Amino acid sequence: MSSSTGRHTVTALVEDQPGVLNRISSMFRRRGYNISSLAVGQSEAPGLSRMTFVVEGDPATGEMVAKNLHKLVEVIKVVDISDENAVSRELALVRVKADVASRSEIMQIVDIFRAKIVDVSQGTLIVEVTGDEDKVNSLVDLLRSFGVQEVMRTGTIAMSRGVSFEGEPQATRIPQNAS
Amino acid sequence: MKMTGAQIVCESLLREGCNVVFGIPGGAILPLYQTLPEFPDLRHILVRHEQGAAHAADGYARVTGRPGVAFATSGPGATNLVTGIAAAQMDSVPMVIVTGQVSSAVIGSDAFQETDITGITLPITKHNFLVMEASNIARVIKEAFYLANSGRPGPVLVDIPRDVFLEEVDYEAPGDVKLPGYAPTLGGHSGQIKKASSLINKSSKPVIIAGHGVIISRAYSELRELAETAQIPVITTLLGISCFPEDHVLWSGWPGMHGMAYSSLAIDESDLIIALGMRFDDRITGNPKKFSTGSKKIHVDIDPSEIGKNISVDVPIVGDVREVLSKLNDLIKPATHTDWIKRIEQLKEEHPSLNIPQTDKLLARQVIKDISEATDGKATIVTGVGQHQMWAAQHYTFKEPCSLLTSGGSGTMGYEVPAAMGAQVARPEGVVWSIAGDGGFQMTLCELATIVENKLPVKFAILNNGFLGMVRQWQEIFFDSSYVSTGYSGNPDFVRLAEAYGIKGIRVTDKSQVKRAVSEAMDHDGPVLIDFIVEQEENVYPMIPSGMTVNEMMEEPVTEKVTV
Repeated sequence: MSSSTGRHTVTALVEDQPGVLNRISSMFRRRGYNISSLAVGQSEAPGLSRMTFVVEGDPATGEMVAKNLHKLVEVIKVVDISDENAVSRELALVRVKADVASRSEIMQIVDIFRAKIVDVSQGTLIVEVTGDEDKVNSLVDLLRSFGVQEVMRTGTIAMSRGVSFEGEPQATRIPQNAS
Repeated sequence: MKMTGAQIVCESLLREGCNVVFGIPGGAILPLYQTLPEFPDLRHILVRHEQGAAHAADGYARVTGRPGVAFATSGPGATNLVTGIAAAQMDSVPMVIVTGQVSSAVIGSDAFQETDITGITLPITKHNFLVMEASNIARVIKEAFYLANSGRPGPVLVDIPRDVFLEEVDYEAPGDVKLPGYAPTLGGHSGQIKKASSLINKSSKPVIIAGHGVIISRAYSELRELAETAQIPVITTLLGISCFPEDHVLWSGWPGMHGMAYSSLAIDESDLIIALGMRFDDRITGNPKKFSTGSKKIHVDIDPSEIGKNISVDVPIVGDVREVLSKLNDLIKPATHTDWIKRIEQLKEEHPSLNIPQTDKLLARQVIKDISEATDGKATIVTGVGQHQMWAAQHYTFKEPCSLLTSGGSGTMGYEVPAAMGAQVARPEGVVWSIAGDGGFQMTLCELATIVENKLPVKFAILNNGFLGMVRQWQEIFFDSSYVSTGYSGNPDFVRLAEAYGIKGIRVTDKSQVKRAVSEAMDHDGPVLIDFIVEQEENVYPMIPSGMTVNEMMEEPVTEKVTV
């Protein structure tokens, strides 16, 4: 596809039905779009899920992703919030090696990142961190020097600040009359 | 009222206005078939292969503008439909396909003839359903018809397990369709329409490129009004052919890889492209970065995801072509564009793409030209893909709307036989010619039996060159005439084959026999097959190689004297 020149955060409200995720991932694969993260969960409305996609590509790719998502019958609303004032978060669990000597140093780093230690064992700690992708990356990088054994990340979820996008006319900003 | 799932399927189809179904029974779908005698208004046409059912439903749908319906059983029955479904999806043809599935209790256990057909057809349908309860069938069939034939049409598959056909439930007619995620934009944005009109009114070298959308929305008279009011030349896409009469003075051919040279050149020289219900396919644009770089572009399409996909446009309008044009036409000022039309005439004279070389040989092009004259350009022409398709599109003069059925987007060999059958069912009084190559014809010829069984008077013209002609042409041009696996040395005697099916067969080996054979076929009441033994190594010209531009166009080498 297009050269990867940026990242797009797209959220979608979809019907919570069997096969929906399959339809969406099939569309991404078929059209050759590059998903760097995908998160799904229930929304505020029963029977509807909300998904957050982070997609790599130029602005035209971001637009085509939104249009093709919108084309799926079970996708109700699509919003590209890349250029918006939005909150984006992910959760990560990191299992890091820790002996008596390194434990306190790790705890200091965890504090700075306002992360938490959620499990302690003989030779390892599990660190829980939430934040945007950069923050999680930085923490994981810092912990590497101690020996990171396992990383689990949820993928980004995002929400625009201020008024709910559902209520705004912007919600139909799936480019209908603008290319 | 108590009804079984199978009865609800039939009742729902009738309520949607469907009265013809193409299909073949099998284990999983048998409960549905055993119900058919209770619904005599639902005519079932028993095909010989499921691919035939899908293409026939496609041909029927293109002609009538209503969804074509096909039935098939689970497993191989369903997978045999796949080529036909993909072809319909690529060409935006409305279809509703009902497949039988193994019983719900054994789904997922690799039961006999189990295939995940909703999984398989997910990327090649507009939408699909697996119905697990009979009480959902009525609603799903209604939604399937609505989805298939609204917005950008396409095939919708409904998979129903065997036990769900047998389940008895209270039947209730479904209410209005509620699909919160589906609301096609039809009207077009008035501000955008205004912008488009001012571009049109200012332009000095405009062209219309009219696509399949014009036929789907039946916008023939609106297109004509736009073209005639502002004197804008009309170029069609391959699938747009016949949306504008080809004997009209403003008709300016069709462009692209094998289109008329002057059409491609006119697009290249134009200052405004008005693209209506088309998708800037690679066969038209060649290298999209170098496609008509000097022109502004207005793009009207009902599918927002087509806009800006291949070509960036100046004025995008999402909407139904007919609705948009009827609003746009009110804003268009009369114009003459005399110099521009003269320029196109000049291009046409300088690049005579449609001349047929004068020769004693039997050229495929000549056959098409003679069929065109014998039918006065008013037959329904059905083709598969390849050289025969390009020659039919080039040399037949289409005068009636919606009279070319061709597998465009997916380029399916074998489409020509069953799709012609579907077209003839839809137009029982019409003249339907299936133009085929000897390659494609052999892919679906089993449907000759269906054609005979249903007394369908389809006329078949096989342009028999003993080759997969278009592939051979590519080998000749791009692979130094190394003809790997393209020669057909074991072709059957098509005349005797026709006779074996009880069809009148005629063989033509000489140029002088073409006209007589065609008129003999036309005079015969039933189906006829003519085996035209044409020149083996005739090429389709002009040709713009894949991904190239009009500057790299190859025109026919002039080695012999030509006549117009």
